[in-house]
Amino acid sequence: MKFNLKVWRQKNAKADGRLVDYTIDNINVDMSFLEMVDVLNDELIRKGEDPIAFDHDCREGICGMCSMYIDGRAHGPHHAATTCQLYMRTFKDGDTIYVEPFKAKAFPIIKDLAVDRSAFDRIIAAGGFVSVNTGQAQDANSLPVEKEAAEKAMDAAACIGCGACVAACPNSAAMLFVSAKISQLAMLPQGGPERKNRAIKMVEQMDAEGFGNCTNIGACEAECPKEIKLTNIARMNREYLAATIIDE
Amino acid sequence: MSELNSKIPDGPLTEKWANYKEHAKLVNPANKRKIEIIVVGTGLAGASAAATLAELGYKVKAYCFQDSPRRAHSIAAQGGINAAKNYKNDGDSVFRLFYDTIKGGDFRAREANVYRLADVSRNIIDQCVAQGVPFAREYGGLLDNRSFGGAQVSRTFYARGQTGQQLLLGAYQALERQIGLGNVTMYSRHEMVELVTIDGKARGIIARDLITGKLERHFGHAVLLCTGGYGNVFYLSTNAMGSNVTASWKAYKKGAYFANPCYTQIHPTCIPVTGDYQSKLTLMSESLRNDGRVWVPKTKEDSEAIRKGTKKAEDIKEDDRDYYLERKYPSFGNLCPRDIASRAAKEVCDEGRGIVPSGFGVFLDFAAAIKRLGVDTVKARYGELFPMYQNITNEDPLKTPMKIYPAVHYTMGGTWVDYELMTTVQGLYCLGEANFSDHGANRLGASALMQGLADGYFVIPSTISNYLSPEIFTKPIPTDHPAFVEAENAVKERSEKLMSIQGKRTVDDFHKQLGKIMWEYCGMARTAEGLTKARDLIRELRKEFWSDVKIPGLLNDFNSEFDKAGRVADFIELGELMVVDALHRNESCGGHFRVEYQDQGEAKRDDANFAYAAAWEFKGVDTDPVLHKEELKFENVELQVRSYK
Amino acid sequence: MAYTALFKSSIGKKLLMGLTGLFLITFLLVHASINAMIWFQDGGVTFNKWAHFMGSNLIIRTMEWGLFFGLILHVVDGLMLYAQNRAARPVKYAYNRAGDNSSWYSRSMALLGTLILLFLILHLAHFWVKTRITGIEKYGLDTENQENLFAVMQEVFRSGLVVAIYVAGCFSLFWHLLHGFKSAFQSLGLNHVKYNETIAVIGIAFSIIVPFVFAMMPISMHFGLVR
Repeated sequence: MKFNLKVWRQKNAKADGRLVDYTIDNINVDMSFLEMVDVLNDELIRKGEDPIAFDHDCREGICGMCSMYIDGRAHGPHHAATTCQLYMRTFKDGDTIYVEPFKAKAFPIIKDLAVDRSAFDRIIAAGGFVSVNTGQAQDANSLPVEKEAAEKAMDAAACIGCGACVAACPNSAAMLFVSAKISQLAMLPQGGPERKNRAIKMVEQMDAEGFGNCTNIGACEAECPKEIKLTNIARMNREYLAATIIDE
Repeated sequence: MSELNSKIPDGPLTEKWANYKEHAKLVNPANKRKIEIIVVGTGLAGASAAATLAELGYKVKAYCFQDSPRRAHSIAAQGGINAAKNYKNDGDSVFRLFYDTIKGGDFRAREANVYRLADVSRNIIDQCVAQGVPFAREYGGLLDNRSFGGAQVSRTFYARGQTGQQLLLGAYQALERQIGLGNVTMYSRHEMVELVTIDGKARGIIARDLITGKLERHFGHAVLLCTGGYGNVFYLSTNAMGSNVTASWKAYKKGAYFANPCYTQIHPTCIPVTGDYQSKLTLMSESLRNDGRVWVPKTKEDSEAIRKGTKKAEDIKEDDRDYYLERKYPSFGNLCPRDIASRAAKEVCDEGRGIVPSGFGVFLDFAAAIKRLGVDTVKARYGELFPMYQNITNEDPLKTPMKIYPAVHYTMGGTWVDYELMTTVQGLYCLGEANFSDHGANRLGASALMQGLADGYFVIPSTISNYLSPEIFTKPIPTDHPAFVEAENAVKERSEKLMSIQGKRTVDDFHKQLGKIMWEYCGMARTAEGLTKARDLIRELRKEFWSDVKIPGLLNDFNSEFDKAGRVADFIELGELMVVDALHRNESCGGHFRVEYQDQGEAKRDDANFAYAAAWEFKGVDTDPVLHKEELKFENVELQVRSYK
Repeated sequence: MAYTALFKSSIGKKLLMGLTGLFLITFLLVHASINAMIWFQDGGVTFNKWAHFMGSNLIIRTMEWGLFFGLILHVVDGLMLYAQNRAARPVKYAYNRAGDNSSWYSRSMALLGTLILLFLILHLAHFWVKTRITGIEKYGLDTENQENLFAVMQEVFRSGLVVAIYVAGCFSLFWHLLHGFKSAFQSLGLNHVKYNETIAVIGIAFSIIVPFVFAMMPISMHFGLVR
């Protein structure tokens, strides 16, 4: 297979970026998208050019490190999959494919397709945890959890923190990510004692990081590789409003 | 440094850990604030250690090469985590988990460590549940367990197919909490490139900022390596692309012995290699073997026809199929342990009966299960796995058999540590998969997560104070100390040398070649002859690498190729050590199978001569390493032959 | 926590958007119901009666100020959201297939809202300014001797251009409501599997019926279908 690639190249955070054209041939249909980029990089290195910088690690769809905006979509056209789980057979021979980094003010570009998503870490640091020091825990079975609640908590916990929700959102909002964590911990009794403070602190940090506002468009849900649901955002709204309006 | 002192506490096995904790020296809270600890790696072991030590009051600095501590490869573990809770009342106990782990490790692990691991396994579950890890539950609201990896009891806790991810998020959140409180300074996108020792003690590291390429000096009263396994020495493995041995290797070169490097776990059910471009092998859960039947055609002709595409699996009649695991191991059949299933696959493929174009692949067939249970039941049972397989291979396992082949998965060997998890360098600790300690020659399913968290949450916080207690008198050493300067200069010199080569071959080229050598000669079946040859090949490869590697870009920049080059350079040296270790171990045990030492195809252990951990001391890149033996004493279990016939 | 902080937060802003939106939706319902009385075919007598009531009742007049306040909040909050959301992605994607994951109107609420606002200014000039400020004495009285707002409508909608603008305004309103209705519930946290479908159905029905009723008014006036 042969492809025309238009790849976003940007030297560093301060420089301006632009699309650069590459043509790549002899691509096997069974290759993953990242393996195709590997092949391209190999060619670039051999030609003495600077290879394309991009983030990736586990390459099995779970670490959340890969982060490309492919063909106008976060993680590309495949449903519920990360970039590393996108295979070249999804495309047609001769296709032109745009490859850009996740773009948002809160995700500054580091180089080419690699972006800085540490804002997510800071949001978790603000309150995305249960304050329990090692050794303080009671017996694991002393606190039964309704199976349905546990399942829903797991649904929310499945978030891999890749940032596709922000990338896909026309407003660059991070609500799906933040709400997934708030939801998970709100649905489990372990998260109960801190739920008000958690909602306030995490939302505060989210706003301080410069993410956009949610207008319930739903692009985040549609592009999430782990299929995190919008219901989580509604739950976060409730948690936050309960914490700010009802609480003394 | 010549004598290995494993510092196993006195007393009966069941009381050693309690005794140790009661008598270990402590650091008072006011003094903890003055002590700085460096934690390299933020997987299960690193994140749990960093969080716990910070909770205790130490000043912690944590490092990871990924963009966030949440991405460490612990996330990829699917199956579960073992704990001797006996919630199922099916006869489990700490001793039974201990025994299973020792036996599963083919009697090549230290009794005291493994017992402690089994003991604290229960606390791990408590801790993780308290953090909000969403483990699977029963309708009554209590925790669910399953039997995993052929264990006779149900002791495996799980969170869908994401156990590793959820446990790591628990530890990561605990770590982020401490970062938020200012007790931990986090250095993401940083890679440790050198260990700094002063007067024989670990006192810091040199780290490379992967964004700017700048070298940084960091001081610590103690240094913890929690940097994972070295499976990527094979190039293709189930490890993440970035997983590497560099931190452990720098420590090895600074005096930390490296133990049992040849013990490698090869997982039998991975998706086969399809081409040279392939960057990674994907693991399909072991649970598939519960219903899948493994087979290849009986004749080479049929296999060849399948490889060429002139015949399909469905065209091979039942009588012409060889269900070789069921044939060879009638009592365990398709559920025999990982190492045995892997070797059997290699055997039939070496006979020319492989069924993928490369020749290295076998069928895993669900037709019988579908006939017995119906499509819907089978589909429901392996919910996420079939679509995942189909996405990668474009074949529907409900219609045509899966194709699988073994792949490197986990490395039991690693930096040698004593009972306190301290390496042979004072103040340098090693936790999790990076150390050699608990799994002997083979790791059982669902015990890697257990070990990482045991080390981080429960072992290191108790053992490190024993070392740090007198360290309260050591003032933070300024990083302009000559040892730091010298270490940084050494890194700089090596980096510049790498960049100056500007040869013809890419880093991946070398890495792939190394992987092929390792897989061919130091993979599932090893011979003295092959290993000897491999050593020469690796040495040649090393010379070629240092004279012909091509690294683009600049040193002081975001430069992934340079980062890779540094890692591959270390892998090449490690590869040689693995071969040396495999060559010296004239027996077959667990993840190390020497063709010369077998009993009708079964591994033949030599307890009389090899019941020891082999710890290697670095003496120079071109000099043979020196072997130190830690004799393994088995006082509580009887050494047996593992048999699955 | 102070209310100012709440409404400065991203969630507070969307709460405000949802609340004011729902408030405006209730107004639309009242407005549409009263105006529908033009179809009584009684020369506008019933309609004029209710129009007079709305224009003279003290409670209603007070609520009118509330309505303006709600509208201004909705507009100002909406523009603020728009500006902030644009700033949250300073460098746009060179190639973006947003249509693959969301509807165009959900992404165009600010545009649709602005169109509605422009229409509203025209609409207020047509009717509100006349009834409340300049007076409509010159249109005479109806058969029941009431002020004849009905006649004002007949005159305004004589122009085909005005009718076209009103119909376009109703389309903007339709799309705005299509997203806004259910979006308001989501913002308030009212998302529940049991009731989502009901909310969606009511939302769609409302978005179709109300703008349709509004659009039919100028059309039927223009073509002389009401007398």
